Amino acid sequence: MSSVCFYFQVHQPFRLRHYTVFDKSPNYFDEFKNASICRKVANKCYLPTNRLLLKLIRKFDGKFRVSFSVTGVLLEQFAKYCPEVISTFDALAQTGCVEFMAETYYHSLSYLYSRTEFEAQIIKHSGMIEDMFGQTPRVFRNTELIYNNDLARTIESMDRFDGILAEGADHILGDRNPNFVYQPPGCEKLKMLLKNYRLSDDIAFRFSNRHWKEYPLMADKFARWINHVNGNGQVVNLFMDYETFGEHQWEDTGIFDFLSHLPEEVLKHPDNDFLTPTQVIDRYEPAGVMDMPHIVSWADTERDLSAWLGNAMQSNALHEVYRMESLIKEAQNEHLMADWRRLQTSDHFYYMCTKYFADGDVHKYFNPYDSPYDSYINYMNVLNNLRRRCVSKSESGAKAAPTG
Amino acid sequence: MLGWEFPPFISGGLGTACFGLTKAMSNMGIEVLFVLPRPVEQTDQTHVRMLTPKSTPSGKEVHYEYEGLRNVQFLAVESMLSPYASPEYYKEKLDEVLREKRQVGQMSGAEAEERAFGAHEEMHYAGDMFSEIHRYANSAVGLAAAEDFDVIHAHDWMTYPAGIAVAAVTGKPLVVHVHSTEFDRSGEHVNQPIYDIERRGMHAAEKVIAVSHLTRNTIISRYGVTGDKVEVVYNGVDRNGDSRIMPRSGIGGDEKIVLFLGRITMQKGPEYFLMAAKRVLEEIDNVKFVMAGSGDMMNRTIEMAAEMGIGHKVLFTGFLRGEDVEKVYQMADLYVMPSVSEPFGIAPLEALNHDVPVLISKQSGVAEVLTHVLKVDFWDVNEMANKIVAVLKYPPLQLTLREHGNFEVRRLRWQDAAQKCARVYSELMVHV
Repeated sequence: MSSVCFYFQVHQPFRLRHYTVFDKSPNYFDEFKNASICRKVANKCYLPTNRLLLKLIRKFDGKFRVSFSVTGVLLEQFAKYCPEVISTFDALAQTGCVEFMAETYYHSLSYLYSRTEFEAQIIKHSGMIEDMFGQTPRVFRNTELIYNNDLARTIESMDRFDGILAEGADHILGDRNPNFVYQPPGCEKLKMLLKNYRLSDDIAFRFSNRHWKEYPLMADKFARWINHVNGNGQVVNLFMDYETFGEHQWEDTGIFDFLSHLPEEVLKHPDNDFLTPTQVIDRYEPAGVMDMPHIVSWADTERDLSAWLGNAMQSNALHEVYRMESLIKEAQNEHLMADWRRLQTSDHFYYMCTKYFADGDVHKYFNPYDSPYDSYINYMNVLNNLRRRCVSKSESGAKAAPTG
Repeated sequence: MLGWEFPPFISGGLGTACFGLTKAMSNMGIEVLFVLPRPVEQTDQTHVRMLTPKSTPSGKEVHYEYEGLRNVQFLAVESMLSPYASPEYYKEKLDEVLREKRQVGQMSGAEAEERAFGAHEEMHYAGDMFSEIHRYANSAVGLAAAEDFDVIHAHDWMTYPAGIAVAAVTGKPLVVHVHSTEFDRSGEHVNQPIYDIERRGMHAAEKVIAVSHLTRNTIISRYGVTGDKVEVVYNGVDRNGDSRIMPRSGIGGDEKIVLFLGRITMQKGPEYFLMAAKRVLEEIDNVKFVMAGSGDMMNRTIEMAAEMGIGHKVLFTGFLRGEDVEKVYQMADLYVMPSVSEPFGIAPLEALNHDVPVLISKQSGVAEVLTHVLKVDFWDVNEMANKIVAVLKYPPLQLTLREHGNFEVRRLRWQDAAQKCARVYSELMVHV
């Protein structure tokens, strides 16, 4: 039996506006840029792909299934800039063939810095998914698939989740196979799904690469690769950014044709089916314990934290933002809290990455700044202003206290 | 190779570039005959130490040999301007003289050291500037007749007439190397005779080498040279071998230093540096701005600092050399090059070599090759100040810039520049 489990990551950060040390305004975010990027990606990717998925689910009468993890910060932007995207996600949710997973609302690295903040953001995100799509997430995926044993234990102890996702690259797994369900060490209930990075990346990265020997990739060929897993695994986890469809791989690469023919080709083999993560967990027993003591992620070739924590600027910025936690919480002001949490989104730190910067690669494509240095300067200027606002808030609060 | 300045007779990047390039060529086994218009008899101690005379024939030529430059032979042509006691100022003086020609009556006093030469003396030589260049051309033709070579490589406009003449006499291909154009030096107020010489040189050459794409664009759009004739060869930098263990210390303990190092002329944008300094001082106080260099805008710049009320925060050191340059780099927390127009800009590479992070204007050729630096439009004073404050305020920024910048600068090697020139040569030699 080969089950195909699609999971799409859907996320856009609140990008900062240009903010110099001389700025005093409490408006940190670039409304215009965020709105235009949100609408652009909605038109190129989110709307057409959602519509296509809806059509496919109807066509295959519930046999085609997918799952999403949509961040809270993007859902907020949809509500503001293109609410029709939420309607199409909701329509998908209503089919019963689409599962929404849990993550940190702010797509943050809070797991590494503050466990209270981490859990609070997960709960906030699950609440939003319930409100919008009427489902309670049962499977958790951490920002950028950052994972280790300890994360699994933390998630199990929250008593809300049955499963967790992780990266399954060769150098992490060794000779183990990502096409089974595993259990993290020390966990009794929580099961673990591993990304089949080769097949996932064939779609997400190599699809339009003309120098790739498999180019052009057609649905029937891809289905044959999935069939090969039969007998050597139970589930093929295809995890990727949702923007793969129409944004990273443009429409003219044929990515939509590929997607629209894939269910048919996969289902031609009688042993194949499509499952959502919760269904995978319900159906398959763990093939063993998967020990991952060191932190892994799905980023770059290193699959580690170096994209967000690879230089002194990044570690300083992260350290500084989490150092403000008590200050923010004491201020008891929802605006300060919202601004602070939006500043935790991992993208801000990704923009500061100096790795490969000189070579001009994928990092540059996603970066609204000219250089990692510019992004650090901008971020720190904003953070300083936020701190100043907190201090002045708590000072005025302290003055008010004796009288009250 | 026809040049105008060579270490230690230098005032700017041209001499440094000629040194780096010929050294790398020498290592590649390319034989270089370098012709210089130098008042070589007037040697002072700094270069006597470095030069070892190979032969001193009577007449107008003097041969020199540099240690480490075994394939480079130097021919120095006696110069009219030899009375200058300090040859390092040679080119600077010439620039100044020319500028004075343009701004008759508006001559601002130069720095104290230079004033010693006396204005009337400068005016006396000013009139001879162009005939001087032609004298150099004549001498070069004379020398060329006695030498055997394959390609003529002329550096900057003053040597173009010589290059053209030698090419005409010998029929050898001419390459002109553009380190700077009149538009960089003078903005839109170009000196027509200089422009004409530049244009003639570029058109007469079979290949034009530009130090950046920025300069290449100027050559194509302002001088009407066809694009396929212009190659870009970036400058490099020599890694300084001495690992100084001296601690980096500020002037007054925690006082920060922001450094401007270069000629204080219109081209280098000193007024933008001051305007940014003023903005910075609104935000932080424990900082000093050091302006190291001299030039025709020096007095105006000093006045301007005073008018802006930041005179006590801006220090003028005059022209620095040797150890003083090392010292000022060691004190600096940030090097700023706010140039209005900079064909390349070797100085930021040297700053990076000295572990000083740099902020450069986007209107510089070096901005095309450096990524681990801060970049700003020269006119965007607010952003310049923002970035200066950030470097002074956020130590991890300074650290990351320094570490990556120092590493990046190692990849800009003269060896690569020399190889590119050699490729240009071999193409031309196939043609012939």
